Amino acid sequence: MTTFLQRLYLGLVGLFLSLPLIVVAGVSVNEKQTLAFPPQGFSLSWYGEIFANPEWRNALLASITLAAVSAALALAIALPLAWFLWRRHAPWANIFQLLGIAPFTLPPVITALGLLTFWATTGFYGQPWTAAISHAIFFVTLPLVTLSLGFSSIDRSLVEAAATMGADDRTIFRTVVLPLILPYLVSGYAFAFVLSLNEYIVAYMTVGFTMETLPIKIFNALRYGYTPTMASVTILFVAIAALIFGLVARFGDLPKLLGAMANTDKQ
Amino acid sequence: MRREAPQRLADYGPLLFPAGMLIVFFVIPFATMIAVSFFQRDPAGFYSTAFVFDNYARFLSLFFGKVLGFSLFLAVTVAICCVVIAVPFTYLLSRARRRTQVLWLVALLSVLSLSEVIIGFAWSTLFSRTAGITNLLVAIGLMSEPVALNPSFGAVLTAMVYQALPYTVLVLYPALVRLDPTLTEAARTLGASPVKSFFTVVVPALRNTIVATLIMVFIFALGSYLLPQILGRPQHWTLSVLITDQAIYQSNMPFAAAMAVFLVLVTLGLVGLTLIATRKGEAA
Amino acid sequence: MSGLTLQNVTKEFGTFTAVKNVDLTVPHGTFVCLLGPSGCGKTTLMRMIAGLDLPTDGAIRLDGADITRVPTHKRDLGMVFQSLALFPHLTVGENIAYSLRIRGVGKEDQKKRVDELLSMIHLSGYADRPVAKLSGGQRQRVAIARALAISPKLFLLDEPLSALDAKLREAMQVELRQLQQRLGITTIVVTHDQREAMTMADTVVVMNSGEIRQAAAPVEIYRRPADTFVADFIGMTNLIDFSADSAGRATVLGTVVENLAVPAGLSRGVLSVRPEDVHLTAPGHGAIDAKVTFVRDLGGTIETFVEGGGKQIVAVSMPNARPDVSVGQDVGIKLSSDACVVLKS
Repeated sequence: MTTFLQRLYLGLVGLFLSLPLIVVAGVSVNEKQTLAFPPQGFSLSWYGEIFANPEWRNALLASITLAAVSAALALAIALPLAWFLWRRHAPWANIFQLLGIAPFTLPPVITALGLLTFWATTGFYGQPWTAAISHAIFFVTLPLVTLSLGFSSIDRSLVEAAATMGADDRTIFRTVVLPLILPYLVSGYAFAFVLSLNEYIVAYMTVGFTMETLPIKIFNALRYGYTPTMASVTILFVAIAALIFGLVARFGDLPKLLGAMANTDKQ
Repeated sequence: MRREAPQRLADYGPLLFPAGMLIVFFVIPFATMIAVSFFQRDPAGFYSTAFVFDNYARFLSLFFGKVLGFSLFLAVTVAICCVVIAVPFTYLLSRARRRTQVLWLVALLSVLSLSEVIIGFAWSTLFSRTAGITNLLVAIGLMSEPVALNPSFGAVLTAMVYQALPYTVLVLYPALVRLDPTLTEAARTLGASPVKSFFTVVVPALRNTIVATLIMVFIFALGSYLLPQILGRPQHWTLSVLITDQAIYQSNMPFAAAMAVFLVLVTLGLVGLTLIATRKGEAA
Repeated sequence: MSGLTLQNVTKEFGTFTAVKNVDLTVPHGTFVCLLGPSGCGKTTLMRMIAGLDLPTDGAIRLDGADITRVPTHKRDLGMVFQSLALFPHLTVGENIAYSLRIRGVGKEDQKKRVDELLSMIHLSGYADRPVAKLSGGQRQRVAIARALAISPKLFLLDEPLSALDAKLREAMQVELRQLQQRLGITTIVVTHDQREAMTMADTVVVMNSGEIRQAAAPVEIYRRPADTFVADFIGMTNLIDFSADSAGRATVLGTVVENLAVPAGLSRGVLSVRPEDVHLTAPGHGAIDAKVTFVRDLGGTIETFVEGGGKQIVAVSMPNARPDVSVGQDVGIKLSSDACVVLKS
């Protein structure tokens, strides 16, 4: 009886989380340009529209480029910082850890407005590359957290062992630390990539008038009414996110990444 | 490897790029924003340099008081709804098999990463007259004809709970996974039913975690910006919406900055509370 | 001179002194065990020899060269860690070849040396296995082989066998000692297990509170402990207070021990008597009066606990000399003077 209730509860939450997506998935295969559920007819043409229509295609391309570049930049900031904090005893350097976590913790509108004033003041407002830097700063938290976790899970005696066998700091980093940190590097990149892909307000406030990312495109389109391409893009994005997190789970330890150290203590 | 203090200047090398990036592109913009909040609006450009408190004074009006009040009320309601739903859910999740957990985590992360735009669009579809949930109710005979459920407060609240729920679960998850399962087992051997042991053992043991989660979800909900616009009426707009509106459409950056600074102060105060709550939790 | 020399080595962590003024000479090719309770500074001392910690004061010389400040990776060491520290991302063969690979040794030579070492540790054919798939004993051997890959000048092992179960540990002790003798390599082992130290070492260095209390051959440590700490730490012993008169005659528990010469000027002190040197006899006839309180028959040995003069004393005997006593019985204790070690209290 209790297991039935437990399943029911999990099922209800699952339904709540999936219901909007089910409806949107249904809407996305409508044959005509109508907002109807259950769908009338069946057609995948609205998925083709994402790639066929230059506006949607450009937005998708812009979003993927922005996500790829900003996630790489976020990683480039997070990796040396996390390594330094792990390798050295320098309590004051924790301030940078804090600075790396702050943009993501504060309401996003604050980071967005700060960057908007900054780009406006420096005269770079609207340049596409400012969005990449803005997103890198906004999402640096994610690789920083996964990498810090990754470093803390490396047994320090591995590093000492490498040193006794004749490896200097650089060699140790290349032959021991980097291979062990790789899963965390990849998942940090994946988290930043997916979130950047979906981010609206920072992108909007920094480059909203010169560049259309997909979320901006959807919102702009939403103002002028409904088009089923929004639905197909939504489903595409959910699929991308599920695929990427699925891969992270397949090749990494997702429960551990999300803080469940208890599972790995047994090793 | 012992963590040594940096010996030579070169040892600080790795810090150079991250520190530079964070200072130039986070600390300086942040400081700029604070500075701008004391500047004067310049209709011709962004702003002109000055040192006035006008922007803060303007904020103390009935209108903005109402907006602030509504923003806080909305965020509190969202936080409470999320925690009430998420605590039992996460508890059950943390006791599930590892495979099941991983599947749920992938699903939660996918929903969490969804753009606010997409969530707003999905729920506006679900609440619409032509494709919405009311069609289902009509089909089973509970309603005579489908209606639109948005814009409304209920629509805003539902979508925001939807947005914040995965976040809430993921914040609670580490604490619940680490919760000693023998605690509830002990309660069971002492005669408590599963439901009773959940409320008499798990919830009290997690009191501090729950308080901290409430505050974190509150901050998360405070940042919601698009959902009130897509699913609500103007009276459902939050401080985040107003800040953007002032900055982009009214071109009043100093006023937007002043509101943002205020929002930071509220947030920081709450983060402080979170730290105190969790610190106490560790001591207990 | 060849070998390792420590001179006045001291290590402070803040206000805490982990190692205090240690002087030690380890001749080339010898096997030394650093032995002591946890927190005695033995691991810190080894870490300084490895260069993983730098001494606050003093000098470390290897084959005459001062290596006190030489970084770890330039010392040509082989070290086995308590956690073994096998690289989880490398196979058995890659682990063993690591020090060769980073020295730029050719692939062919690496493979030859790995095969050589694998056959030495009886794990031929394991080169391509992941280390996670090995048993505890196998991991142990791989760690040892890895440390020996470059034929190091110094072979260091920090509590190397502590993760193994008792039986395997004893077997590995013998194996390790035989390996060291075959290779003739200067070896230092940190351990808290005195049995392990006695089994393997040429020289046992007993440490406590950061200082060396005694450094000597195992039998000498056992038979002639330098102080009460060493006597008590190594094996079982009875520490009994004595007083001496001006002629040097020692009185123990009210009875004079015959033929025991106490150094002049020492009026009181402690006698260390090993349980196998305590003989039970009939009461009287110059023996110390005592009463049996407990008998522990372990099969291989029999421990008889007696109380005499308010002091508990243990006697150990072999089954073929089983004392015919039972709990509550009055007995006499005889201490033979040549088995008593006179120590300062």
